[in-house]
Parts: sequence; C-alpha cells; structure tokens
Amino acid sequence: MAIMSFIFAFFFFSSLQPILSLYEDQVGLMDWHQQYIGKVKQAVFHTHKTGRKRVVASTEQNIIATLDLRSGEIFWRHVLGPNDVVDGIDIALGKYVITLSSGGSILRAWNLPDGQMVWESSLHGPKHSKSLLLTTNLIIEKDNSLIVFSNGRLNAVSCIDGEVLWKKDFEEESLEVQQVIQPPGSDFIYVVGFAASSQFETYKINAKNGELLKHESTAFSGRFSGEVSLVSSETVAALDSTGSILLTISFHNGKISSQQTPVSNLLEDSPGLAVIIHSSVTGIFAIKTDAATIFIRVIGEGKLEVVEKTNHETVVSDALSISEGQQAFALVQHAGSNIHLTVKPAHDWDSNLLKESIKMDQQRGFVHKVFINNYIRTDRSHGFRALIVMEDHSLLLLQQGAIVWSREDGLASIIDVTTSELPVEKAGVSVAKVELNLFEWLKGHVLKLKGTLMLATPEDIAAIQYMRLKSSEKSKMTRDHNGFRKLLIALTRAGKLFALHTGDGRIVWSHLLQSLHKSESCRQPIGLNLHQWQVPHHHALDENPSVLVVGRCGPSSDALGVLSLVDSYTGKEFSSLRLVHSVAQVIPLPYTDSTEQRLHLLIDADKHAHLYPKTPEAIDIFQSEFSNVYWYSVDDDNGIIKGYALKTKCSGNVADEFCFDSRELWSIVLPSESEKIITTATRKLNEAVHTQAKLIADQDVMYKYISSNLLFVATVAPKASGEIGSVTPEESWLVVYLIDTVTGRVLHRMTHHGSQGPVQAVLSENWVVYHYFNLRAHRYEMSVIEIYDQSRADNKDVWKLVVGNHNLTSPVSSYSRAEVITKSQSYFFTHSLKAIAVTLTVKGITSKQLLIGTIGDQVLALDKRFLDPRRSVNPTQAEREEGIIPLTDSLPIIPQSYITHSLRVEGLQSIITVAAKLESTTLVFAHGLDLFFTHYAPSRTYDSLTEDFSYALLLITIVALVAAIFVTWILSQRKELQDRWR
Amino acid sequence: MKWVKVIVSFILTLSFLSFPSCAFQSDELLVDDEEFGLEGAPQHRSPEPIPTRSPPVTSPTRKRHSDLDSDSKIQFSLDHAFGDSDFSPAGTFSARLKTWSHGGQTLTKLRFSRNSFSDVEKEKFKNLLESDDFYRIRLPSNVLSPPGRDFIISSVKARCLPRESLDEHFVIHMEGVNVLAVNYGSPGSCPYPRNLKLPAKWSFSSHTVLKNSEQAPRAPVFTEEILGGENAEGEVVQPAERSFWAKYWMYLIPLGLIVMNAITQAMNMPEEQATGQVPAQGQPSAGAVQRGPSSAVRRR
Repeated sequence: MAIMSFIFAFFFFSSLQPILSLYEDQVGLMDWHQQYIGKVKQAVFHTHKTGRKRVVASTEQNIIATLDLRSGEIFWRHVLGPNDVVDGIDIALGKYVITLSSGGSILRAWNLPDGQMVWESSLHGPKHSKSLLLTTNLIIEKDNSLIVFSNGRLNAVSCIDGEVLWKKDFEEESLEVQQVIQPPGSDFIYVVGFAASSQFETYKINAKNGELLKHESTAFSGRFSGEVSLVSSETVAALDSTGSILLTISFHNGKISSQQTPVSNLLEDSPGLAVIIHSSVTGIFAIKTDAATIFIRVIGEGKLEVVEKTNHETVVSDALSISEGQQAFALVQHAGSNIHLTVKPAHDWDSNLLKESIKMDQQRGFVHKVFINNYIRTDRSHGFRALIVMEDHSLLLLQQGAIVWSREDGLASIIDVTTSELPVEKAGVSVAKVELNLFEWLKGHVLKLKGTLMLATPEDIAAIQYMRLKSSEKSKMTRDHNGFRKLLIALTRAGKLFALHTGDGRIVWSHLLQSLHKSESCRQPIGLNLHQWQVPHHHALDENPSVLVVGRCGPSSDALGVLSLVDSYTGKEFSSLRLVHSVAQVIPLPYTDSTEQRLHLLIDADKHAHLYPKTPEAIDIFQSEFSNVYWYSVDDDNGIIKGYALKTKCSGNVADEFCFDSRELWSIVLPSESEKIITTATRKLNEAVHTQAKLIADQDVMYKYISSNLLFVATVAPKASGEIGSVTPEESWLVVYLIDTVTGRVLHRMTHHGSQGPVQAVLSENWVVYHYFNLRAHRYEMSVIEIYDQSRADNKDVWKLVVGNHNLTSPVSSYSRAEVITKSQSYFFTHSLKAIAVTLTVKGITSKQLLIGTIGDQVLALDKRFLDPRRSVNPTQAEREEGIIPLTDSLPIIPQSYITHSLRVEGLQSIITVAAKLESTTLVFAHGLDLFFTHYAPSRTYDSLTEDFSYALLLITIVALVAAIFVTWILSQRKELQDRWR
Repeated sequence: MKWVKVIVSFILTLSFLSFPSCAFQSDELLVDDEEFGLEGAPQHRSPEPIPTRSPPVTSPTRKRHSDLDSDSKIQFSLDHAFGDSDFSPAGTFSARLKTWSHGGQTLTKLRFSRNSFSDVEKEKFKNLLESDDFYRIRLPSNVLSPPGRDFIISSVKARCLPRESLDEHFVIHMEGVNVLAVNYGSPGSCPYPRNLKLPAKWSFSSHTVLKNSEQAPRAPVFTEEILGGENAEGEVVQPAERSFWAKYWMYLIPLGLIVMNAITQAMNMPEEQATGQVPAQGQPSAGAVQRGPSSAVRRR
C-alpha cells in the first residue's frame, strides 16, 4: 500500500508541473530579446586609447550605457532607478565613468571596461540647486579631482576614491549658480550666477583648497532669464527676461564689465522672444527665436556680430578641442531628405573642417542632439564622427558621409502595443527570397536525421543549431497555419509607430505619425493608445488591416484629441484627424461595418460620446444597439465610480449626428476619509471562455459568473497610499470590490486588514488575482477571488437538462438580481511585482497560467491551480484527481518556470499576451526598456508536433518499410515457386 | 465586567465558526479577530445579510428602551426619478445608529417605508414602462449629514419591476455611516427581451438588505503542522475505502465474460446435439451459419 501511495504521489507530482523550462539548445528558437537604452541625453566619447572605442551615454530613462563605436552594441548598461535622474556624465582618468545623479546628490564612478562600480559618494548641501559636473585635470594632494556643484555647495572630489577634498557652501538664498568655470591652466575656479535674478555674481575660488579669493557683484536694471552661454573662460552671454536685450558680461580678473545690446540691433526684423541655446563654443553663442536660430560672434570687448541666421531645425554641438588652442564644433541642418553635417573651427566661422551631406530616413524626424568626436585619419588630417539623436529617439553614428550604425532606441519607451495579422500567402505574392530549394531542404533534414541518430559531428550540430535559429519559416512575411507569425505594432512615446515581426523581432516598418508631430495647433502631442480599427475577415479580405492611434494635444485630459489611421502592412498613415473634442476614454464597440471597420466610441471630458467612423452606415448600425451601450468612469482622485448610458443626440449649437449626450445611471461614492482607489482591472475584451461550468470533486457543478462587465477595484486607506512601511498595520487596510459596470451593483466587497498597496491585479474568466503587501505578516501576498453564479446552480439535474426545463440558454441580463457566491483565499508570495498578466489562448480550453513580471525584471509563469481558493490541507481523493494541490501557505517559485530563462527585460512595464491559432500556445510579449517575445504553451504543445520532429526519419522509415514489404513479397514468391517445382 | 467576558468568548466562538476553513490559525490571529470582532460585531452576529422585509404600508417603528444609551434613531430619505426627470422624495429609511466604545458607528435595524405612487407618478411610471426607460433612485452617501459628498445613484429598467405588485430589492453597502453603493433592482431575474407588463397592484413590496464589508480570509500560516504531517509518513491519510466494484472490476469483467461464454455454450450444446442427429449433408449452410457464432464465442 505504501508503494502504491508512493507511486501515486510520484505521478501526482510529476503531473503537477508540466515541463515548463527549455533545454539549452531551444533558447532563441521561438524567443527574441532586444536591448535598448532610450533617448540619449548626453554622450561622451572614449577614443584616446587603443583598443575598443566606445561612447558613454546617459539617457532620459536614467540609464548609463557604453556602446561600441564600431557597431553600436551595448558593452554594459546600468539602469538607475526612476528617481535617480542623471544630471551629468564624464570620463575621468581615462578609465572611470563619472555620473552625477539624483539632483546632484549622488556621485558615482564606474569602471569603463566592465561597468563595475568603483566608488559612490553622496553629496549633500544646504539647498536645492542646479547641479553641475566639471572634470578638471587639477591635482590636489596628488589626487586628480572633480569639481561638483550641487545643492548649493561646491565640492572637490577625488577621482581615485570619491573622497570629498574640500567643500564650500553658497548659502545665499537667492543665488542661482549658472556656471562653474575653470580657465585652462589656472588653479582657480569661477562660480558665476545670478542673485535675485537681477544681480550678477562671480566668485573666484582657489581650486586647491576651496578658499574664496574674490567676490564681485553687479546689479543689472532688468532681470535675467534662465541660461547663460559661456563665450570664453571669462565671458558669458545672457538674455534678459523679456528676451530682447543681450548681455555680454566679462569678469576678467574678477572685474565685472557688461555690455547690453538689444536683439533688434542685430536683426532687422523683430524676432520676438529669444531664448539662449546652451553651448560652449569659444567666441560664439546662439539664440533661438520663433523663426530662426541665430549665431552671434563676440568680437573684442562686447561687440556682437551676427554670423549666421539659419532655419529652425539647426542643432549645434558642444565644442571639441582638436589641438592646442583650437576648438571645433558641429552644426546639423536639414535640407529636404538630407541632413548636412558641418564641422567648423570655433575661431573662423567661414571655413569648414568638414561638410557632409547624408541621406536620412524621413521617418526619423528632425535631429535633436549632436555630439562630435575627432580622430586622426590615415593621411594625418583630422577626421570627425558625429553621434546624432533624432526626433524618434533613435541614435545614429555618422562618419565619412555615411550612417555607420543606427539604434532604434524609441522602442525603449513603448506606450501601447497591438497585433496585426500578416497577409495571406497567395500565388501572386512572392516569398521566393526566403524560400529554400529542395536540395537545401533535403540537406537540412539529413542533417537533422544525423543529429537524431547521434551521428553528427560537432560542426554538424553547430550547423543544425544555426539552421534552427535562422529558420526562414519563422520570419516569412505571410500568415502561417499556427498563427505564430504576426506583426506587433507598438506606439512609442516619441510618436512613432513600429511594426515588429514576431518571428525574429525585426522592424518591418516604422512611421513617425504626422498627427503626433509638434505643430502650431498641437504643442505637446502625446500618444495614448492603439486600437485595431479594421481587421479584414470574410468579405473584405482585399483590404489591408489598419490600426487606430489615439493621442491628445497636451497632458491634461481636456486637451483636444488627435486620431490617425495607419495601414498595418505598409505603415502608411492614410488618414489623420484633429478632433474638436477631448478624448477621455476610447471604447471599441463589438460592431463592425461592411468593410469590417470597427465602430469606436470616444468619450470626451464632458461625457459626450462621439461615434467613429463618421459614416451613415456606422450610425445605422449604432442606432439599433443604441440602448445597449453602457460605460463607466473611474475618478481616482475623488473616489467616485459612475456608470452612464447614452441619451440623445448632442444638444450643442453645432448639429453633429455622431455625438451623443450621456446620462448618469449609477454612482458609487467611496468615503474619502477611509478609501482611495489605487487599482482597477477588467477582463480582456477578446478573451474566450470555453466552459461556463466547473465540475467539482463530488460530481457537482458550479457555474462560473462570466460577465464581460466585471470591474475589479482596489482601494487602500488614504494614509497607506504611500510607501510600504509608512503606516502601522492598524491604520491600513485594503478593500477590494467586484462591480458590475452596467448596473453598478457591488457583487463582492472584502477587506484585508493590515494590508497595503501597491496592488497589481488581473481579471480573467470568473476570477481575479491580486498582489499586495501584508503589513502584519511582513510579506507580499497574492489573493484570488472566484465568483460563481448561483442562479444557474439548479441546473444540475440531468433530467431537467434533457427535458429542457433549464435556464441555461436564456439570455443573461445584468438587470437580473445577481445571486453570486465567491470563494477566496490568500497565499504568501516572495516577490514584489512589476506587472501581472494571464495566458490567453484562442478558445480558452488550455489551462491558465499567470505571468508575473518580478522585481528582477523577469517573467515567471505560475499555474493558476496554485491560486485555487478550494485548496485544502488534505484534499480528498476525488479532489486530488481533479487536480487540487494540497494547501501551502506560500506560492512556490519554480526556477524552471521563468519564461525569460536567463534574460532580463530591464525596466519591465507590461506583459502582453496574444492568442495564437494553435489552441495550446500563447504569444507573450514583455516590454520595458528591453523587448522580449516568446511562445508559451501552458499545458505543453499537445496539439502539434515539436519543431524538432524529424520528418525525414519518418519518411525514411516508411520507405524502408515499403521496400522491406516488396523484398519479402518477392522472396516469398520465389520460395513459393520453388516449392511448386519441387 | 462579566458581560464583556461573555461577549468576548461568544465572539471568539463565532469567529471560529465563521472561519471554518482556517483550521490552522495561530494565537496571534485570534487576537486580531477579537479586535475586529468587536469592531464589526454585527457582521459576525449575522454573516448572512439581514433581510428585513417591510410591509408596503408604513409601519410605525418602535423604540426599545432596553437598548444601550449610545443608540440613536436616524432617518434618511430615498429619492426617485422617472427617466431624466428631477429627483423627488419616494420613501424614508429609518435605522438605529449604534456607536461603539471605540468610536465606530454602524447602522442596525434598517426599516424602510415607501410612499405610494401618486396619480402623476403612476402616469410617469407607465410612460417609463412603455418606453423601456430607466427608473432611478438615489440615497445620500452619508446618513448622518445627507447628502454627504455626493448622492449614490442606482437605476433599473422600469420593466424589471412590475410583477404582482411593484417588487424592488435594495442591497445597501455601508462602511460605518457612509453609504458606498446600492444594488437596486427586481428581487428575481429580468430576462432580456423585457416585455411590457403593468403591475396588478400599484404598491411597492420592498426588500432591503444592509451589507457591511466582509473580512478577507487570511493566508494560512502553518509551519509545524505540515512538517509533522510529512514526518508521520506511516499514517498518511488512507484513501477512502473504494467500493467492491471499483476495486475488483478488472477481475469481474473477465469473469462475467467467461460466465456468458459458458452460458452460450451450454445453450448451443443442446441445439448442436439436435442438429447433429439430422444428417449433416442436408443443411450444410445452416450448420455453417450456426457454427460461425459458436466458434466465435469459443474463441473468446
């Protein structure tokens, strides 16, 4: 009996976990991973040493990365936290990357070759201020030192160990330090700034010990505006706050002398408000007006001269010293589809060191930033390379009039993702270039066969592996039978749309959206979300599918909306609309018109509903379903959830038949003193549920409460909405609600005392799983609520079903009283979460798994059966057979079930699951700074042969069998003949 | 002091009863339960919602003098609207406000008196029925200082209400003295093709339920128990005794087949004897036919 139970337990546990992990040689077969760094803010080249040339970059996503200058690959990269904004980077001693971050309070040194942190020191000061980082070649007490100005304090820090050598406070309340300057070859430092916006102050400080040598100040009649531009080591240029008077201030030897020049003297036409551009080119500074960028040279004592007036899209780099006393800088200008890169010496505007014209993809937009670097050519002359950052956040290296490499770093900030099918394979569509010929096909299979029969040499194995990875099957541009090949369409923060192929992650097309382009009427366009606009199905197969991009002009919710329609096969924007109303919510309706365009309802900030597309056909379809359209809004700030229905046509002064007024149907008001909404979750619209009923152990049936109008809301005590640990368990609680969004009925309400957010939740079928922190247990917890419909519970009797005396086929109405029962259970979970999702299959038959984005930026798969509220300590035999796992207090983390295997998706934001056509498989796309895509089969691929199945072996076996049959048949014939003759 | 003890022990037993699944609660948890038990004692006393059926006619509420001093009577009104019309008073909820020693306040003994429809309202309601429009109600979000921050609104298609009389069902979700939400609708189902049906009686029969928050089940905390269970490998839970058939079906089926085989053979025997007496040449085909099945049976 013991053996029996042991065997039973063995089978039970082995069936518990289907093998989720991969073998080593399966990595990269179905998954791909791409690494990005985001929009570059500052770049420093490191090319002096022989060996690998690199560029160090800091980005707006708070990343420090070094890239290979030859290929653009990442050598190493560090993601600083979201609150650790990089203020400045530099290279010191030729081997350390110095970063100043967190508002100037953290200074770190990283080892350049491998990215190890060498030292870190924290700098604090008396007040918040601008942070400036200055590397010098000053030697103080035998140490090379850095000068850092941050938080109102000037620090000299040793490069070797980060020790603060001396410090000097600038405590004067109104002082705004603008520049810290070390004149070359001197051992003193100028600290230049404004006091009370109208006083110009200079401090001359001994660089060896921080002693104040001299302090001068001059009052100015007007007020200064923002930035100053350094013209020489003892002269700065500034603008007054009206933007009309230019000031050049020189402080030679501590004596301040200033010159005022009205901008209108320099320019004939009135330029409007001017802004000074930050640059560090000696003798020249630039101002930017509404119409143009103007370069101004300072001649002698404050005399100004306009050297060039260029159009708006001109970018200038910082100065680069190329030889003793000689500086150069780069200018990038747009001319049609080309960009002109010009490198000029600082002293002579009219001569050019380099002038190149490079053809640039229009979809990259304007140049935003340029960084230059020089090298010695083979003919001993100066060569220049430029790193440019484009409007779409991409990064390009230009050298010798060509683009050496480019990185699509816009993909580091994806806002929304949707998928699109690929074109159907047709006779006319040529896919020949990726097709293999018969010989290669056979060769491949023979190799595979050798591998199977263990006859392959190591070279063969490598060839097999290469073949598997580079399989042309997966990267074809046509639809496949299993639905694995799709286009992932991603909208990035830069307003660019990318289509990625799921097979290998390559960019099929990319398009900078015109509607999300900065313009006069739309100053700050931001993309909101993506929706499938047209999915050709039956009668509109000739049309290409298209996606709808929704954006708005500005961060506030009442800013006007913009719409774009983009063809998913070509990336062409065939329609773009500037709306006359705002966009608060976009509701894809379950109706399509005759060309398979989906009807969308856009709700504006005034709760008017606008129907799109604006066609008479759409309005006809919509009118018939008019009374069945409901929606809800969640007001997080006030804690009010409201439900609406449509009423009549808009009663505005403009007759708009696509606009509808709404009426308030229900409202839920949460007491503001005890509850604050932190998370909501709804079911995915496209989720399929296979069975309505759940058979439980004792041959009993429970009916799932499946409603697409279910809303999960989590609230916490307002006090407890901060960091974990900021409140005691007694004054924090977490309340969860399940709400029907048509009638506003609260189906379930439950309080977790002593618990706190952040809450991550996922709602699927009839269950919701959420994750939070339990302050009493000092651990994270995950809870599950399953909701069952009791009004159908009487339909258990087989006879009733046979006779037809049941209510299973009657339509379900939200207005019926909901008789639901809920079951819930909580479990401890080790990790904190960044994202949570659930696998999605096409028919919903395959068992579900939760995909958990862990704090370590990996994706962990967790079987939903572990989160079953019916788990008990000693499940009965029948329950075990049903698959109920004995109760444990915490959820297991099985190392093999990380679907990202050894990879990390840095800065993980969200996990998106898409159903493949194959029921067993779900496509998983995780994005953050990095992108990761894989196929995942929660219950293994039970409905298809594995990809390493050897068809050749099968074929050979069949051939061999047929041959054997023939041989034996002939032999037997012969034998029979001989027998007859005998 | 004695009654406190009694109440505590009563609540302790109740909390045990209300968490039958948490067999492994530690002492610490029990202390917590006690604390919460005090706070939300009415919930424990009635884990099931308290359905109070009030007659359609206004019933005078009695004040019981034996209650604690901290009890006070409060009233709040229900407003209704027909379609998009303005709200007008439709009834009054009266309840007793219980103030707990630690400051919490809860409502108990909710009663509802519904005003009957005036003729104008009847007409309006008929219009709603005809146009399949919404009948809307609202409650204050705070019962002590109505309307609180905002009104709680709920609505139902008017055609869901008429049965014999006008049947309505309120589930009021409360948190202390705040009304969070109200589930309003017919007490039964309201299937989708809503048919026009006028009520026989123009009076309301109302059911009201007051619901407070439930407590979430705690994560099971057990360490020794599970280990102990594993150590005692010998006394693993015996699988439930299976029935005779479940145990021995693999023997019973072949046995049954053998028996059947034997029976058919026994049946065939006399026939064969009977046919055997007749000259075999006479009916060769019949013999073959009969031999067929019997040989087949024998082969089994």
